[in-house]
Amino acid sequence: MVDLQKPFYGGLTLFFVAMLGWGISSAGAPGLAFGFSAALTLGGSLVCIWERSVVRSAFSLMGTFVGVAGLFILLGADFVGMAQILIYVGGILALLLFGVMLSPPDMEERKLSRVAGGLVLMGAAVAWVSAKVAATVEWAQLPKDELPEMTTSVHDIGVGFIAPDKYVVAFELAAVLLTVALVAAVYIARRKMADFEPAKDIPSKDIAGKEAAMKEIA
Amino acid sequence: MGLGAYIAVSAALFALGVVAIVVRRNILYVLFGIEMILNAANINFVAFNRFNGDGLDGRMFAIFVIILAAAEAAVALAIVLNVYHLFNTTKPAEVDLLRE
Repeated sequence: MVDLQKPFYGGLTLFFVAMLGWGISSAGAPGLAFGFSAALTLGGSLVCIWERSVVRSAFSLMGTFVGVAGLFILLGADFVGMAQILIYVGGILALLLFGVMLSPPDMEERKLSRVAGGLVLMGAAVAWVSAKVAATVEWAQLPKDELPEMTTSVHDIGVGFIAPDKYVVAFELAAVLLTVALVAAVYIARRKMADFEPAKDIPSKDIAGKEAAMKEIA
Repeated sequence: MGLGAYIAVSAALFALGVVAIVVRRNILYVLFGIEMILNAANINFVAFNRFNGDGLDGRMFAIFVIILAAAEAAVALAIVLNVYHLFNTTKPAEVDLLRE
């Protein structure tokens, strides 16, 4: 099998440099920040798809999350960007890394033809849809490229969360949902008492045998 | 940077998420792909909010999407743990209890 690791990362570096150059040439310093964030976002997910090891994929996803947080901050949504870093990088990524323990220690099976075919097909589909959208949208009616003045701040977000005429219902519902989801997750994931002495001779696909063994232990 | 650049990044991220779900036959990559897709949606929310004047709606919605993603990741990981426990595999194609 051909080792494509070096060509892939070489191409990724080229993509990164190209994004940075495009950013600088089109909008100077803010463009550089945008190019860096966008390259981090897309490069992270490309590595995630490419890498054979689940651990590397999970860590490359960190690049995606940090890049998206950078895009949020560039868009003036500092609070959302910080929440993104706290929740995604600090929480969800750590949670996903627990799932890595499920994967076998050897490298994951990955068919190059599938990866390449998927990327090419999806790229073609996105290009086609983008062309259609670009042809259909009346660009003159879209908001201008110059950003409007920002007057809202984090204070307004905090007020919005608790103001009765704004988002307080959604806020409380989200709180209830988080409680229910986390309790349910713990309940689903916890090992039943019967599982602590598993019957060694029963193959794990033998559901009926497993249930019988669980009843026997219970 | 204009609105179009942000939408292009969002579309590409969405496509990569779908590719991750479809190409890698592994439950964990399905979770990774879902996170990418949610992030792509969030970029759109915040970008349209920013370029459409000075409202809060898009940013608020992005925060709620992040909250939902956290809940989804916790529940999905619990389900994946149970599936692995029951079927001893992380490949969605091998979870075929209902197929006789």
